[in-house]
Amino acid sequence: METIQNFIKQVQKKEINIVEHTHKVLKEIKKINKEYNYFINITEDLALNSAEKVKKNQNGKLSGLFISVKDDICVKDIECTCGSEILKTYKPPFNATVIEKIIKEGAIIIGKTSQDEFGFGSFSTNTKTMPKNPFDKSRSCGGSSGGSAGITQKISFPHLSLAESTGGSIANPASFCGVTGLTPTYGLVSRYGLIDYASSLDKIGAMSKNPEDAFYLLDIIKGFDPRDQTSLNKELNKPKNKLKIAIIKESLNINKEIKDLILSKVKNYDLISLPNVEKYSIPTYYIIALSEASTNLAKYTGLRYGQTEPLNKEYNEFFTEVRSKYFSKESKRRIILGTFARMAGYREAFYLKAMKTRTLIINEYKKAFQKYDILISPTMPILPPKFTEINKLTPLENYMMDILTVGPNLAGLPHISLNSGFINKLPIGLMAISDHLNENNLLEFTKTI
Amino acid sequence: MEINKELIQKVVKNARLELTEQEIKEFIPQIKEVLNAFSKLKEASSNNLEPSFQPIEVKNITRDDKISSCLTQDQALQNAEHKKEGFFKGPKTI
Repeated sequence: METIQNFIKQVQKKEINIVEHTHKVLKEIKKINKEYNYFINITEDLALNSAEKVKKNQNGKLSGLFISVKDDICVKDIECTCGSEILKTYKPPFNATVIEKIIKEGAIIIGKTSQDEFGFGSFSTNTKTMPKNPFDKSRSCGGSSGGSAGITQKISFPHLSLAESTGGSIANPASFCGVTGLTPTYGLVSRYGLIDYASSLDKIGAMSKNPEDAFYLLDIIKGFDPRDQTSLNKELNKPKNKLKIAIIKESLNINKEIKDLILSKVKNYDLISLPNVEKYSIPTYYIIALSEASTNLAKYTGLRYGQTEPLNKEYNEFFTEVRSKYFSKESKRRIILGTFARMAGYREAFYLKAMKTRTLIINEYKKAFQKYDILISPTMPILPPKFTEINKLTPLENYMMDILTVGPNLAGLPHISLNSGFINKLPIGLMAISDHLNENNLLEFTKTI
Repeated sequence: MEINKELIQKVVKNARLELTEQEIKEFIPQIKEVLNAFSKLKEASSNNLEPSFQPIEVKNITRDDKISSCLTQDQALQNAEHKKEGFFKGPKTI
C-alpha cells in the first residue's frame, strides 16, 4: 500500500496520469459499493472534472488524492441527504468550508458516504443505504459515519474520508472497520456547511488507514472560520516529549478479550477512575443532543428544500404532513425526546440539569489532564454486532452502546480510535483522548502503538 | 412521571409531527424506558455548577458591517418546488 504523501508527491511530479487513475478508482468503488453500500452517491462527474483540473495544476497539498465525504457535509450542486428521506433532491448551492479547503488543495471528491439519518444511530442502520462491515457482511460498520469507515478499509487506492462525530460517530465506525478515526477539539474545524445534528457537539474529522494520514488531513481542514460562530481562533499546543498515560478504570468493565487486547497494547500506564463520566455521560449526552436535534430539525418543513407536498392545506397541517411522512421512526423518537426535555415543567430537570452535569464531566476530565496527557479506553464495549442482533435492541440499549465514546464528545476533547488488533477476525479499536487543542500529543501517542 | 398517550400527543403536536396509533403504542414504553434511565441524572452533584452550553469557551464572532457576498435569489430558490415571482410560496396562513 502506497502512503498518501508518496502518492501526492508522484502526482505533483506528474508521474501519475491522474485522469486514468481516477477512472480506475471509480471502477473499483462502484464494484465495492454494489456489495457493501458505502456510498449514497458516487460523484463520477465531479471526480473526473477535478482530475482534469489536477492534470493542469498539481501544486496542492492533496493533489490527486481521493477523498470520500460523509453525506452530512455540503458539496456544491451534489445531492446532500444526510442519510435522510426528507432531504432527497437537496443540492446545496455552496461548499462547506472543509470542502472549499480540500478542493483548493487539489483533492478529488469521489462520493458521499452512507450514514444514519442525521447521524441518529450507532450502527448505520437508521437509513435506507445500510453499509456492511468489510470483515463480515452480516455485521454492522458502526455509525453514524459507517460508509466512510467501510470504504476507508476496503479501497485499495490512497484515500482519506471526511467524517463527522456528535457522540462517537467517527471513533465507533473506525473501531468496527479497523481503521483510524480522528475527532478534533470542538471548534477546531469549521462546521460551516455541515448539516447539524447537535450544534454544541458536532465536529468534522478524518478517517484513514494510517494515523499520520488523518493528522495530515486535519492540518489542512482546521482553522478559524468567521462563518462558523463557534469556530476557535486558537493554535494547537506543541507535543510533550514524554507522555503520561492513564487507562480509564471503568472502561475495562467489558468483554475480557477486548480488555486484555487493549491492556497488551499500552506500556507504562496508571489506572484512573472517572466515576461521573461513567455514571452520567449517557443521559447527559442524549438529553443535550436530542434537545438540540429537535430544534435543528424544526427547519425541515418542505418549504425551501427537500421533500414537499401539495400546498392545499393550512400552514401547520402542511408542515406536519411533510415531517410525519418523510422523517423516519428514529428521527421522530429523537424529536419527541428532545422536545420533551425542553418543555415547560421538564426543562429544569432534564435540559438544564444535563448542561450543568456536562460541566461536572468536563471538570472531571480537566482534573485528570492535570496529571496525565493521554487517557485510554477501548473504543467500543462490544465486537461489531450482526444486523440480526441490532434489530432486537430497544432504543435505550442502542443508546447504551455509546457508553465509551460520549464522554470525550460531550467535553469537546480530541480523540482518536486506532485499530489494536482482531478478535475472531473482527477489528478492535483503542481510543486515546487528550486535553483540548492537544492533538499533537495524540499524534505522538500513535507512534508508540 | 406519567408517560401516557395524552402527554405524547402534546409533545408530538409541539414538534409538528403526527403519529399513527401503532407508533404511539410502540413509542410509549420505549420513551418511558429512556426517560426513566435518564432520570439517574438527578443523582449528579451538579446543581450548583454553571451550565456548559458549549464544551469549550467560545467567544462571540461578529463581522464588520460591510456588504459581503451571499447566495443569489436564484440560488436560494433553486431547491424549492413551490415558488412564484422570485419568492418561496408557502401554505395558507389565514
